[in-house]
Amino acid sequence: MSETSNANSFSIDGQRIPFTPGQTILQAALAAGVYIPHLCHHPDLKPHGSCKLCTVIVNGRNGSACTQMAMPGIEVENNSPTLNDRRRVLLQMLFVEGNHFCPGCEKSGNCQLQALAYDLEMLAPHFRHAYPVRPIDTTHPDVWLDLNRCIMCELCVRASRDIDGKNVFALAGRGVDSHIVVNSPSGRLGDSALSIDDAAVHVCPVGAIMVKRVGYAVPIGERQFDEQPISRQVDYLAARHIPIVPVAATEER
Amino acid sequence: MNAPMNPRKLRITTTSLSGCFGCHMSFLDIDERLLELAALVEFDRSPITDIKHCSQHCDLALVEGGVCNAENVHVLRELRANAKILVAFGACAVNGGLPAQRNHLDVGQCLSQVYRTPDGSATAIPDDPELPLLLDKVYPVNEVVRVDYFLPGCPPSADTIWKFLTDLLTGRTPRIEHPLLKFD
Repeated sequence: MSETSNANSFSIDGQRIPFTPGQTILQAALAAGVYIPHLCHHPDLKPHGSCKLCTVIVNGRNGSACTQMAMPGIEVENNSPTLNDRRRVLLQMLFVEGNHFCPGCEKSGNCQLQALAYDLEMLAPHFRHAYPVRPIDTTHPDVWLDLNRCIMCELCVRASRDIDGKNVFALAGRGVDSHIVVNSPSGRLGDSALSIDDAAVHVCPVGAIMVKRVGYAVPIGERQFDEQPISRQVDYLAARHIPIVPVAATEER
Repeated sequence: MNAPMNPRKLRITTTSLSGCFGCHMSFLDIDERLLELAALVEFDRSPITDIKHCSQHCDLALVEGGVCNAENVHVLRELRANAKILVAFGACAVNGGLPAQRNHLDVGQCLSQVYRTPDGSATAIPDDPELPLLLDKVYPVNEVVRVDYFLPGCPPSADTIWKFLTDLLTGRTPRIEHPLLKFD
């Protein structure tokens, strides 16, 4: 009997996780209510595998849970001190690489980067701060772009391309010079095709793409990750769908 | 019951470098718990005592604020040299905080912008030798001296500070987690 149950299940930290063929380890875990830390994953978008927060050990080898397929019988190590230590270091590097100034950020409390840092008890960024010089673009009437907070997860790039069908954002440059660019003749957000209803505006896990005139409408202390730490909000993470039909789907009709 | 005979009080030194004293205000927000604390500790150099230099053999140093000028560096090194445990106390000490928002600007341009005459024709940057020179950037405390513990928050709440101090004073490894751990 155990063989039949193994045919469509695997284990995370010893716990049986059922899956349907085609699901990634992360998708199956979230569906089963098991939390794996992640930043660049969104349930409605193709996996990217860039933030590496979801790195797990699958049968002794490191792999991104968001890109690796769930397979029958695999043994996944997830919530272990070793992996969480590494995840904390990744977060620390993300924090020092940009300018993440939480006390002055409208996203505070709704920010996934911050929520992960709280959950993994990251008390300090540890590394030398880079304090990079990065621009802010406020030319759009409804949306502003603050690249100081960008972690280059490319969620906006994927959402704009695959859901909005607009290709407003792209990643340019290499290494430390990597940055998000805007697809418009002037390179400014105000001259792009972006509109406030676009999925790309609402998928940003940090405070890089912000809607104007909303600010502190929801006060600090009553925000998404204030009541419960992110690790106890698996249902929210798994079901935060974008209420927009992807262009690919409309074209198929 | 035999109470221990006058156990030595721990010496605490506190300072605000490039900070706003908000963390010290939050410290005072522990309210009547200050009396409990006073039974266990005594304050050395601190804005609370107005002692100017810390004595040798302090047990705990709470450092608020980042390091923005030469005087900050001297004070910080003095505290590090004399305290067994040094804590980066609050957001500015941990990552530079608000003062570090000048870090993408040139410090010379900053000064000439701030101290120019209203019509912009001349600048009068103060150059009294008593004034400490600004550093090129505002640095977190741990980029200048070794730091033993970090207590983030802008400011850390009174409960966070109390949890941290009581953990430390009772010999536990301080642990700050949800909902006490906040960066804002």
